Amino acid sequence: MRPDDLKFQQTHEWVKIEGDTATIGITDHAVSHLSDLVFLDLPAAGASVTIGESFGEIESVKAVSPLVAPISGEVLESNEGLSDNLEWLAEEPFGKAWMIKVKLTDTSGDLMDAAAYDAHCKAEG
Amino acid sequence: MQTTALESVHVAAGARMVPFAGWNMPVQYRGILEEAKTVREHAGLFDLGHMGRVKVYGPEAEAFLQRLQTNDAASIKPGRIRYALILNDEGLTQDDILLYRNPRDDGFFVVINAGNAQRDLERMRALAADFDCTVEDCTQSLGMIAIQGPRSQDITQQICSGDLASLGYYAWMDTEVCGVQMTLSRTGYTGEDGFEAYVPHGHEQAVWDAFIQAGAAHGLTPIGLGARDTLRHEAGMPLYGHEIDETTNPLEANLGWAVKLNHDFVGKAALERVTAAGGTGRKLIGLTTHSKRCPRQGYPIAAGEKTIGVVCSGSISPTLSESGTPTNIATAYVEEAFAEVGTELSFVVRGKAEPCVVTALPFYKRAR
Repeated sequence: MRPDDLKFQQTHEWVKIEGDTATIGITDHAVSHLSDLVFLDLPAAGASVTIGESFGEIESVKAVSPLVAPISGEVLESNEGLSDNLEWLAEEPFGKAWMIKVKLTDTSGDLMDAAAYDAHCKAEG
Repeated sequence: MQTTALESVHVAAGARMVPFAGWNMPVQYRGILEEAKTVREHAGLFDLGHMGRVKVYGPEAEAFLQRLQTNDAASIKPGRIRYALILNDEGLTQDDILLYRNPRDDGFFVVINAGNAQRDLERMRALAADFDCTVEDCTQSLGMIAIQGPRSQDITQQICSGDLASLGYYAWMDTEVCGVQMTLSRTGYTGEDGFEAYVPHGHEQAVWDAFIQAGAAHGLTPIGLGARDTLRHEAGMPLYGHEIDETTNPLEANLGWAVKLNHDFVGKAALERVTAAGGTGRKLIGLTTHSKRCPRQGYPIAAGEKTIGVVCSGSISPTLSESGTPTNIATAYVEEAFAEVGTELSFVVRGKAEPCVVTALPFYKRAR
C-alpha cells in the first residue's frame, strides 16, 4: 500500500506536505507504466514550479513524459543522485526516489488521498 | 475497438494492452528492453492479428497488382514474396506491403498495415473494378502469428510438418503447424530470422500455445508491439507514419529498390516527374548519439544553427548499447547536402542542441 501521509494527483505525482515544505515524486503506478526509464530532467534549486505545469521530464525507451507539479512554490533542492540511479524509482518511489523539495506558495491543486488515488489507478487500468 | 483471437491470452500472460490502429494490442509483457534482448538472443512470439490480410485472385489478379503497387508482380515466382509500396497519384506513399504469390500459383496474398487497412481496401476495391479479379479481406478469417529470433527454426520445426531448412528468406509454403493446415512465410520485422504463420481463425490459441510450449526450452517468450518497434528500428525497417507516409516518396526513403518502373502503377508518372526535376532534395538517414537525451519523432535536426531536417523515429538502441556505451538511434529526413555518413549534426530537445552523427542504415544487421 502507498503511504497514507501523501497526496496524489491524476497524472501520478505524489506530494508530501510538511509545514511549508513539499516533497514531490512519482508513484509506483507511474513507474510501472513508464518502464525502462532512461532519462530524468529535474529543475535546479531556485526554480519555481506551478500547479498543473511541467517541472521536468522523465523519458522511457518509448516516450518522454512531463512531470506535472501538484503544488506551486520554489525549488529548495532536487534529488541529485536520482538521475544516475533511475532504478531507485522502481525500488522506492516514495522514499529515496523523491524528486524535488519545494518551499510552498500554493496548495490549491486537485489532490487525492491514497484511497481515492487507488480507485483512480484501478479505473485507468 | 477490435480484438484479436488472442486478447485473453495476452491479458492472462500479464501484458499491458493499448489501443493501436483501432485494435487492443499487447505493447509489452515484461519490458521493452528485456523483450528486445530475448528476440535478438533467443526467440519471441508476436500476435500480429491486427495486420490487414487480403487475398487477390482471378484471371487478371497479376495485372491488377501491377497497377496497384510499385514492385514487379509479374516476376514473383510461385511461393515467393516481395516488399512493395502503394502510392497515391502524387507518387507519395499510401502504405508499404508484402506481396505474396501463392505457392500453387493460384493467386496472391497481400499483407497491409492495420492503420491503413481500410484506406487500402477501398483503393484495392476501386481499382479492382477495372480488372477481372477478386479482392477478399481475410483479416477476420486468418490469424497472424510471428516467431522471430535465432532459435525460430529450431522451435518451429518441432511443431511444423514442412522442411523449414529448405524454406528461403521471403518464401512461403503450405504446411501444417500442430496439425492445422496453414501458410507459413520466412519473413519478419525485427532483423532476425523467423516466420510468420497465417492461421485459420479458431486455431490461433492452439497454435500460440504450441509455439510457447515448443519454445520453452529455447527461451521463447511473447513479445509486445513496443519491442517490435525498437527491433524494426534497429534493423532499419521503415514504419508507416514515421519514415514513410503521404508526405514522402519511396525514393527519398531509400526504397527505390522496391519500385520497378517496367509497369504502370498508380503514382509512377508523378514519381518520374520528381526524379526528372532532380528529386526532393532530402533523404532519409540514420543518426546515432551517445547523448543522454533520445531523439524523438518531430524533433528538429540542425547543422550548426540551421534547421536542416526532422526526426522520424527515435529510440534507445538496446542492441547497440550492449557494448557498454548507451547509444540512441534515430531516422530523420535531412537536406541531401547533410546526408553523408559521418556528418556531425545535432537534434534539438526543448531548445537545446544535442550532438549526433549520420550513420549508415541499418543500425543492426545480424550475423548470417
